[in-house]
Amino acid sequence: MNDVILNMPSVLRGFSAVVRRDILLAWKRPGDMLNPLFFFAMVSTLFPLAVGPTTEQLAFSGPGVVWVAALLASLLSLNSLFMSDFEDGSLDQLLLSPQPLPMLTLAKAVSHWLIAGLPLVLVSPLVAITFQMPARTIGVMMVTLSFGTMSLSLLGSIGAALTVGLNRGTALLSLLILPLAMPVLIFGARTVSMAAADDAVSAGVYFLAAYCMLMLTLAPFATAAALRISNE
Amino acid sequence: MTELLFGHDLCLFRGDRCLFRSLELVVNTGELLVIDGPNGSGKTSLLRGLAGLLEFENGNVRWSGDAIDGNYQAFRADLVWLSHRVGCKADLNLVENLHFESGLRATDERRLPAVLDRMGLNRLTDLPLRSLSAGQQRRVALARMLLAEARLWMMDEPFTNLDRAGQALVEELIAEHLEKGGSCIVATHQAIEIQGRTRRVTLQ
Repeated sequence: MNDVILNMPSVLRGFSAVVRRDILLAWKRPGDMLNPLFFFAMVSTLFPLAVGPTTEQLAFSGPGVVWVAALLASLLSLNSLFMSDFEDGSLDQLLLSPQPLPMLTLAKAVSHWLIAGLPLVLVSPLVAITFQMPARTIGVMMVTLSFGTMSLSLLGSIGAALTVGLNRGTALLSLLILPLAMPVLIFGARTVSMAAADDAVSAGVYFLAAYCMLMLTLAPFATAAALRISNE
Repeated sequence: MTELLFGHDLCLFRGDRCLFRSLELVVNTGELLVIDGPNGSGKTSLLRGLAGLLEFENGNVRWSGDAIDGNYQAFRADLVWLSHRVGCKADLNLVENLHFESGLRATDERRLPAVLDRMGLNRLTDLPLRSLSAGQQRRVALARMLLAEARLWMMDEPFTNLDRAGQALVEELIAEHLEKGGSCIVATHQAIEIQGRTRRVTLQ
């Protein structure tokens, strides 16, 4: 019995091992990481050109455009969250490791956010400038986008786990996730609009934070269960 | 010699087809269980079922005398899984891959040089796995298995892609593992026999 206990590795080590490995992988294949980022930058910079350059038009459409672009950019990279692990057999190894699976799926979602979500948040001020957003609005946008992309990574991990065994599951994945992501989009874009109109924003930010916490606590378990089913 | 893994009345369907029913099997410490049978007879499925990756239609599995349900964490801490896929990242090199593995389970990384030496991999540590040959990748998977220090090895077709020396090495590793009181379940259609310690399950 003693050596069984000795053989149990610490949960935090497993968590950080997964995060470190995924970031290292993204580092070695920067294309995967830059793709969604380019998509985000392109969509949101093309919009002002198409909609028209007047300040009112830009201020009106800016928050919505940035949020839709961010949502689609996150979706773009979600499909590959478990795909490569599934294909090379590392998913079996993760499922059979002595670590609690929800912790590992949480690590996968967190590293997805660090790779796909965080760069997006960091680039968003540049995009916001093209929409002539004032500094306060940019701050609010970054905060809401942080919560929003984190929620999407976690929510998306459930969808990615459900569709991992399917060929071309991208459409299905979007179909599964988008309805649940709607509150994030609505509250996120609306909060930024309110910030632009100098209204109070705390309610929206609180809602997004609450949604993010809900996902943080529930999504890893759902993802773990989904992975076990779809890897049969 | 104590019972390590015990399966009773196992039954598994894939689609409409029954792969096996009322299957009994047992692996004691220090024993090798060979699962053989023609292609498509369900060797891999049986192995995946025993590992808990697949659910059996019927039957129960015991691990060290206790029902395996609810004991999966202890079971997995003592299990290494070697499938026909390498289970390592092609973009990372060997050391990065094995380092990741030791984050997942409590392994002693000081043994790494010795293990790599044994596997004939110590000149390949800087290369990403995708530039290694299929046989060399297989050896990486074996190195991971050795590092894990688990009691039960589950191996699915361990001889594929290996050269003759590699195949002999696998047999040698299994024999040593059994000698140390470990157990091994191997699904293969190739002949493998370790004197006096081999059990066999044949699937139709």
